Amino acid sequence: MSVANAGFPLLTVTAALPAAGAVVTAAVPAARRGAAKWLALLFSLATLVFALVVLARFDPGGSRYQLTESHSWIADFGVRYELGVDGIGAVLIALTALLLPFIVGAAWHDADELEPARPNRRWRPTQGFFALMLATEAMVIVSFAATDVFLFYVFFEAMLIPMYFLIGGFGDRAHAAGEEEGAKQRSYAAVKFLLYNLAGGLIMLAAVIGLFVVTSDQLGEGTFSLQQIAQARANGDLTMGTGIERLLFLGFFFAFAVKAPLWPLHTWLPNAMGEATAPVAVLITAVVDKVGTFAMLRFCLGLFPEASKWATPVVLVLALVSILYGALLAVGQRDIKRLIAYASISHFGFIILGVFAMTSQGQSGATLYMVFHGVSTAALMLVAGFLISRRGSRLIADYGGVQKVAPVLAGTFLVGGLATLSLPGLAPFVSEFLVLVGTFSRYPVAGIVATAGIVLGALYILLMYQRTMTGPVEKPEVRAMPDLRVREVAVAAPLVALLLFLGIFPKPVADIVNPSVEHTMSDVHKKDPKPDHQVAETGWFDYKPAEHAGGDHK
Amino acid sequence: MESLIGLLVGFPLLGAAVLLCGGRKLDRSGHWLGVLLSGASFVTGVVLFAGMLGKPTDQRALHQHLFTWVPVESFQANVAFQLDQLAMTFVLLITGVGTLIHIYSVGYMEHDVGRRRFFGYLNLFLAAMLLLVLADNYLLLYVGWEGVGLASYLLIGFWQFKPSAAVAAKKAFLVNRVGDAGLAIAIFLMFTTFGSFTFAPVLDNATDAGEGKLTAIGLMLLLAACGKSAQVPLQSWLGDAMEGPTPVSALIHAATMVTAGVYLITRSGAIFNGAPDAQTVVVVVGAVTLLYGAIVGCAKDDIKKALAGSTMSQIGYMVLAAGLGPIGYAFAIMHLVTHGFFKAGLFLGAGSVMHGMNDEVDMRRYGGLRKYMPVTFVTFGLGYLAIIGFPGLSGFFSKDQIIEAAFAKGGTQGWILGAVTLVGAAITAYYMTRVMLMTFFGEERWKGQENEPHPHESPKIMTVPMIVLAFGSVFAGGLFKAGESFVHWLEPVTQFEHGHSPVSAAAVTGATVVALLLGVGGAWLQYGRRPVPSVAPRGSLLTRAARRDLLQDDINHAVLVKPGEYLTRGLVYADNKVVDGAVNGTAAAFGGLSGRTRRVQNGFVRSYAVSMFGGAAVLVAATLLMRAV
Repeated sequence: MSVANAGFPLLTVTAALPAAGAVVTAAVPAARRGAAKWLALLFSLATLVFALVVLARFDPGGSRYQLTESHSWIADFGVRYELGVDGIGAVLIALTALLLPFIVGAAWHDADELEPARPNRRWRPTQGFFALMLATEAMVIVSFAATDVFLFYVFFEAMLIPMYFLIGGFGDRAHAAGEEEGAKQRSYAAVKFLLYNLAGGLIMLAAVIGLFVVTSDQLGEGTFSLQQIAQARANGDLTMGTGIERLLFLGFFFAFAVKAPLWPLHTWLPNAMGEATAPVAVLITAVVDKVGTFAMLRFCLGLFPEASKWATPVVLVLALVSILYGALLAVGQRDIKRLIAYASISHFGFIILGVFAMTSQGQSGATLYMVFHGVSTAALMLVAGFLISRRGSRLIADYGGVQKVAPVLAGTFLVGGLATLSLPGLAPFVSEFLVLVGTFSRYPVAGIVATAGIVLGALYILLMYQRTMTGPVEKPEVRAMPDLRVREVAVAAPLVALLLFLGIFPKPVADIVNPSVEHTMSDVHKKDPKPDHQVAETGWFDYKPAEHAGGDHK
Repeated sequence: MESLIGLLVGFPLLGAAVLLCGGRKLDRSGHWLGVLLSGASFVTGVVLFAGMLGKPTDQRALHQHLFTWVPVESFQANVAFQLDQLAMTFVLLITGVGTLIHIYSVGYMEHDVGRRRFFGYLNLFLAAMLLLVLADNYLLLYVGWEGVGLASYLLIGFWQFKPSAAVAAKKAFLVNRVGDAGLAIAIFLMFTTFGSFTFAPVLDNATDAGEGKLTAIGLMLLLAACGKSAQVPLQSWLGDAMEGPTPVSALIHAATMVTAGVYLITRSGAIFNGAPDAQTVVVVVGAVTLLYGAIVGCAKDDIKKALAGSTMSQIGYMVLAAGLGPIGYAFAIMHLVTHGFFKAGLFLGAGSVMHGMNDEVDMRRYGGLRKYMPVTFVTFGLGYLAIIGFPGLSGFFSKDQIIEAAFAKGGTQGWILGAVTLVGAAITAYYMTRVMLMTFFGEERWKGQENEPHPHESPKIMTVPMIVLAFGSVFAGGLFKAGESFVHWLEPVTQFEHGHSPVSAAAVTGATVVALLLGVGGAWLQYGRRPVPSVAPRGSLLTRAARRDLLQDDINHAVLVKPGEYLTRGLVYADNKVVDGAVNGTAAAFGGLSGRTRRVQNGFVRSYAVSMFGGAAVLVAATLLMRAV
């Protein structure tokens, strides 16, 4: 489908808004740094409005990619500026735009400490901090909207630049071993983040070039357009040799597995999330990493269906290892933020499990998981950040009895935690259950092994809650702790409300995602396994029993 | 009529929301709001019950479809309720006893600063428990199932400034989670077998699935029941759960939540009926727990923990009965209801004693309290007579039926089960007589202690609910038994078959009474005739083991906790050294990555980063140039 939407370039504008915001924020004079914060918030809110318009304009019953835009970019290599969203991309753009205002709000004072004593034209940390966040948002949105492989690749990689500076330059000051050691750890974490992701990206670049070679070889001219490639494959113009397809798949998958991150490529995440400030940690795990799992669905399964099926057993095993390994590591952590990081690794295992189970429930569940994990991790991590900022320490052992002095903080932290352990009634339960049931229906053993993750999830969350929030108040620093301030409540309360709402009524999101998952399922030529004894209907209201069960003995 | 069902859940849910989100303004009157909404739910239940009685027996079930919850292709989960006779029984028990305990708590928690929060949690519990019994499908039941687990967690840890309470709360949630995983797997199995997890289609077509599948589903449901109902091997949390305020122990850890496992098994009767092997396991679990709880109950000096052992044991009776199939379901539920009355009454009585005794729980520091707390003594005494099965009181009828049904199982199994239930009845009489004698009779061992308590009767707001429950303890059983009214009431849902016992009903009743007398006599010889030492004697090996809950925690610690700790510690070490090292090492083999990371720490960061971004910039510039050309 090459007909570009001649109307308003909605996706471009949605992505350009935060980019423009980044430029404007960065340009704020040194003396007016307060204005930079408000500008950043304003631009993130405006982006949210546009993202909601994207969601509203998206018609779940319509064609696969909507709101499409297509322009030639590097004609010699067939690279096009092609945007378009399916249901999966649309909800992830909405998630990104939704979380940014909260991230900005939570990070309000995070750069204050770095401010020089006197305004300095060249060193303006506040402006830089918020500009980098908005820049990241813009690149993430383009990644979710790109339907051109090369365009996606450019932004997938470019995102590393602002993230590198956010981790290394604006890291967490709450370090036990002092500022100098802290600075060392920060730069180590930032470089590790960069090297891991860059290594993944370089291998992907090779595969991207390989894809170009294959397409130009067979189609006469090379292309990176998802839709063109899909069309060519469908009518037989493009056939990939098994070996080639597998190699290309591996190249793509490796980059996404680093980003996601999948065991054993995960070790950069605990460092990065531990050393970054809490809002930046949320940006990493709730937003940027989602590009990895999203790309597995869109590019790995969409471009290389046969190779995806070939790799499934290995990927499933790695996902299961991630689930259990991440959870066990979380149990053993002494640092609040690293604990949440390992919990995220466990959750990414669930997402990847759902993607590769190749059932409707698994893939819809995985997509919902991306969204709901974003919201729940934001709630838990941002409140953890508020806690850490009060005490200047990330160590669990430095707390205890917080519930007594700061009940609202403890309450929101508990709700965030309960969401993380997938308590029914809160959003992540829906997605986790779907992933598990979807996995079980094709791979029962994998489904049962993954179910062990829900027990471990309860263990690490409640252990952390017990150690930080309950017990007697013994430490003077805890006794003097103030409860959540207005700004902090404004960040935490809507997230809690959203977790509840989406847990009780996830249908609107599911309705947007489901048709797109069906497209992905048909990409890989998979159908849901049929139940052994399909009963006629599923609800009581349209279910007619064969005979009246009332009182008769069977 | 249907539209009222949602209100049953809605009232307490509203109460929870208002009380937990409302500010300090509600501190002074919030508890009355909690009582009011709980009462409103009870009244709604009574109205629905009256409506139900007016209809023929096979048309009594009501349905209410609220909204579609999670729709993904063939996976269709609805928020929909089903109110049939079984659910109705639970609704009345939960809201009735629940409201009484709400009222009692107004007095019991009067001086607690967190009273508003307490009532919020109690309301939350009611809402979740009602959701559990009203759901028309297993996934929504699962929401209630974990919801009561959450309420239980919050209430056990209500005084969370006490580390022991916080630890007990976490333990309860975790052990329950193991059971919950079983319920989740049971739902997966239903979905892959039937393509549905709604009660009606699954249960009506259960026989199509074949015995193997049904056995698997049944065993997973049993695992869930073991967690929630504190049955062996997932029993270890209930004793510690007594850290919660006593009204919580009465409502959640005696009368309602812990019986949810019995509900689950009875509700899933059609599955168990087709899986004899699973039924055998159910019966064995019930029989083992029945004895286990009774033995533990004999050794505890903490009045609440003695009662907790008793709860486990009584639920063991119910699980055993439910495992017997259609000859036992109705009796399991009947014992569940009468137990709800007398055990809640006993716990409230224990709370009343603690209230008058400066929160002392050690029965060795009680004694002779009948003079000081006459109302508590009489109501507790009636509950005591009911639980030991004194002829004519509630427990007599309900327990007698289970013992008879156990014999009716037939064959060697029947004889073994019958014997176990009789031995259990004797031990029940023993430990309950022990509690009674140590608390209300004998020397006043609390005199002359430091901080000598001044025992006194509790205020009316606490004693009135106790009196009401005592009425239930006395009369409910006879009422249910008269004309087999209870069995006929439940029959359309649970089905009923008359068991054919090799022993005549009169012989069973005679044996039960003998067992009762043996137990009471044994306890009197030990605790009535002789003075009770105020420091526990060393005791036999069995007594010492029973005081430690027959080593349940020691075993769990050795088998699960310690190895788990070593595993996580080992993995934390390995993650830092081995996995990270291996990845870095592999990379190093390809391009000296590791060396660079190390150098980076020595101040090369900036130069390295600059060169990297220089490269990136060149790349971007190049592509842009090509575009321009």
